[in-house]
Parts: sequence; C-alpha cells; structure tokens
Amino acid sequence: MPLDVLIKTLFIVLVVVGAFAPVITWIERKQSAVMQDRVGANRANVMGVTILGLLHPLADVIKLITKEDVVPAGANRTMHLIAPLIAAIPSIIAFAVIPYGGVYHFGGTTVNLVVADVDWGVLYLFAIGSLATYGTVLSGWASNNNWALLGSLRGSAQMISYEVTMGLSIVGIFMCFGTLKLTDMAFAQDATFRVFGFLEAFGWLTPLPAWLSWVQLPMWGVVLQPLGFVLFLTCIMAENKRPPFDIPEGESEIVAGYFMEYSGMRFGLFYMSEFIEVVVIAGIVTAIFLGGWSIPWLSSAQIVAHVSATFGDGFANGFCMLLHVLTFFAKVIGMIWLQMTIRWTLPRFRYDQVMDLCWKIMLPLSLANILVTGAVILGIQGLTR
Amino acid sequence: MTTSLLFFYFFAAVALISALGMVLNTRNTVAAAMCLVATMLSLAGVYLLLDAYLIAAIQVLVYAGAIVVLFVFVVMLLNLRSDAFPPSRQVLSKALAVVLGGYVMWRFLKLLPGMLPPEKPIPAGFGGYEAVAIELFTRWVLPFEVTSFLLLAAIVGAVVLAKRRLD
Repeated sequence: MPLDVLIKTLFIVLVVVGAFAPVITWIERKQSAVMQDRVGANRANVMGVTILGLLHPLADVIKLITKEDVVPAGANRTMHLIAPLIAAIPSIIAFAVIPYGGVYHFGGTTVNLVVADVDWGVLYLFAIGSLATYGTVLSGWASNNNWALLGSLRGSAQMISYEVTMGLSIVGIFMCFGTLKLTDMAFAQDATFRVFGFLEAFGWLTPLPAWLSWVQLPMWGVVLQPLGFVLFLTCIMAENKRPPFDIPEGESEIVAGYFMEYSGMRFGLFYMSEFIEVVVIAGIVTAIFLGGWSIPWLSSAQIVAHVSATFGDGFANGFCMLLHVLTFFAKVIGMIWLQMTIRWTLPRFRYDQVMDLCWKIMLPLSLANILVTGAVILGIQGLTR
Repeated sequence: MTTSLLFFYFFAAVALISALGMVLNTRNTVAAAMCLVATMLSLAGVYLLLDAYLIAAIQVLVYAGAIVVLFVFVVMLLNLRSDAFPPSRQVLSKALAVVLGGYVMWRFLKLLPGMLPPEKPIPAGFGGYEAVAIELFTRWVLPFEVTSFLLLAAIVGAVVLAKRRLD
C-alpha cells in the first residue's frame, strides 16, 4: 500500500525536518542562554513581538536563503555543490526504520506506525550512518582549502573509529531481544519484568513473596544494558561531530573545519543536517534503549483492554495510538534535552583524547559488555528450572 | 513490466555508468572513488531486489561506508597523479585488465542464451542475518575462527610496522 507509506513518510519528514529541526536551533540558543545566565535569543521580532525568540529560526532561513552562494576559485565545483546534499540526505532517510508507534487494528485495517518495517532495521541504520562520512570528506576535499581538508581528515578518522565501537556497543541489545528489527525491539520493551523473578525461576525461593514480585521494572534497553546505553550514546554523539566531539570543526584550531568554504543555504544544509541528526539520534536511542513508543508499567494490551470496555475497540486503538506517538516524541524531546545539556556542559576534547577514548576505553568496554551479557544469558538459561 | 524490473534496470544502468566513470576517469582520483561508491550502492540495490538483505546491508556498510572511505582518505593524503607510475607498469596493468575483462565477458556470454535456471520459490528467512549466522556459526565455524586469527595477525603486523617507523 504505497499511499499509507507516503503519508507516514510525509508525517515523519514534516515533524523532523519541518518542526523539530528549526525548534532545536531555538532550543540550542535558549538552553545555552539559560545555562550561562544570559537573556538569549530575543532580538528577532515582527512588530515588536518576539514569542520567546521563536522567530529566530525564521530569521535564520531568510538570511541563509538570501545570502550569496560562493564557490571558491580552485575548488572542484561539482563536488563542492553536491557535498552538502550527501551530508544531509543520510540523516533524513535514517528515520525510515524508526518506529514512532506500535501496531493498531481498526476493524479490518492494520496501522503500523513505521515507514519501512524491515527485519534488518539496525543494519540499515548503520549502513546509512556510514554513508554520512562522505559529506564530511568531500566537502573538505572539494573546497581546496588546507583547514577544510584538515577538518575533513579529522572528521572521517573520527567517524570511522566510532562506527566500530558503536556497532559493538549495541550487540548486547541484540542478544537481549534476539532481533535486529526495530519494531520487534519496541514490542519487546513494551513489557515489565520482576526484578527478583530470577529467585523463583532458579527455584531458590518459591513462591516469590508478593512484596518482592511487586518490584517491577520496564523491560527497556537501558535497564537491561546500562553500559551499552552509555557507550552507544557516546559513540553516536561522536558520529554527529557536535561538541564535545567537534574537533573536525574546531573553531579555535582550524577556523570552521570541513564546511568553512560554504556559505548561504549550502552552509545551512550542513547546519540543518547536524540538527536533524540530533533528532535522529534521539529517535534511535529512544527506539532501542528507552522503550520506543511504550509507556512504562502500562502495556498497550492493558490500555486497549481498559478503554475498549467503555468506548469500544476502534476508539481504544486510536486512543492508544495517540498516547504512544505522544510518548515517543516526549522521549525524543527528553533525549534532545540531554544532548543539548552535554553539548553545553563539556568543553571540546583534544584530538588524541577523542581517539584514546574510542580505541583504548570504549572498544574494550564494549567487548567486555558483549562477553558479560553472553555469560549472564547463558547462566540464566542454565539455572532456570 | 513490474516495478522491481524497472528498479533493476535503473540500478543496473547506474552501476554500469558509474563503473565506466570510475575506470575512465583517470584525471580526478576522488571523483573516480565516488563513482565506485555509486557502483556499490546500486549493486546493493540489485541485491535488495534479489531478497539478499544482509548482503545489501553489508555492501553499503563495509564496502561503500568503510573501505572506499579509506581509499578516499589515502587518495586525499597522497594526492597521486597518473604520471606517478612508470609507463611500463601502466602498459602491463592495462594488458592484464584487458585479458581478465575479456575472460569474464566470455564466461558471461556463454551463460547468456537460455542458461539461467528456472525461478525457485524463496524459502522463508532467505538472505536474512539469521540464516547466514546459523550457517556461519555451525557448519563453517572453523574457517570463520581461522579467518579471525588471520585478521588478528594482520592487525598486529600493521601495528608493529607502524611502530617501527615511530621509534
């Protein structure tokens, strides 16, 4: 059914590119202002109305579109023109496999709130993410500028390095949920588990006392894989090249890095793709580690059962869908807030520190995480009676 | 004509054109590498049409996303030009390319008339990571582990070589 795919694609593109990305530029300014005790973005106005600085994204767009689009002499013209597109496209199409809602039944029709429900969703994300490197590499090379080339070399080395650790840090999650499909992961996380349930399963304490079996946690990735969550978040933020990992841009060292020769809307594309990536990162982390669209301690079956008793099945499914989509975007906003807080708290790492962190600390930790996860899963299987 | 056939012709055309672009573009090495990326991406598209999802993902992830990035990295650092190679070697490599290409072409042309096997229904889970992983870790586990040792040896060798120059 191409029509519903089209509608879902339009929805996600409009929400992410049309609504989230501009608002994030405002959040970036406003949150940094609050954190640094400044008044912050408050100048852009229409007849004196500023709406808390929310008009700044609009002013940005007008400014970027009306600026001259300069291609430096000596640059490779074709490459210079297409590099921003290569940087921006992967970040937008990554959202195709992220589920922003579950599966709902309306009479005969079934609504699955993901654009492409593929078995290899996580592989798709990694494949698309690995292509983002080309935007960085090409823009620096095509500009024919030493600072830009330095920036793109730094960027590509950093992105390739962190891709390795990012892939390994998430293997523990695959082992826990037994799938690479993002929609299945979200469904697996739409449940709770008894923290002390293992006592009963191993036959050490049967039956489990009521007050112990009352202690339940949502089966989220972050609960099952806390180390994996920290490693994955660090890696994926390093992939985005925002502070504290912004050595490819490093204003104090190499002017502006790989996009320093860009102006007008082509610079705007680099700028926008960074902010879109912030949303994509929030979406990926939410889908894999924070339960996706699920509401903690309240599974979709419970919601549908309770609501349909009084209002009917169709209304219950629609209500559940609305709640889930809102929950998903609330979590996404929370993750965006976390990324912004990290961005405005930590100073930029030195280049060797970034590489040391990746290869000497995070890579061994992610390997150890895989080993421990495997041992625990085997132990649980062995001890369960 | 079905949609998948249309997609096949599109991907095949892009693969062929960008492959030609890579081979014939001797002036600009980075552009040639980008043509190689385009070839690999369209090959990944062909794999997808053949239900080989894992191979398609690996094609993009490993070949287009990692190996060619390293190519570009090296090309950008070395800034090689075609006159950096002696003409005798150029003649040799061209002759070898013609012979190998001719051989591959000959084999393909022999296959062409009516030699394609009849279409078989695809078993469930074909081309996914699960089928490949089960084969890899049960039947082929020994070659798999031996390969990992080979890679480890290569990594250690690279570190030793690089360290000697540093010391």
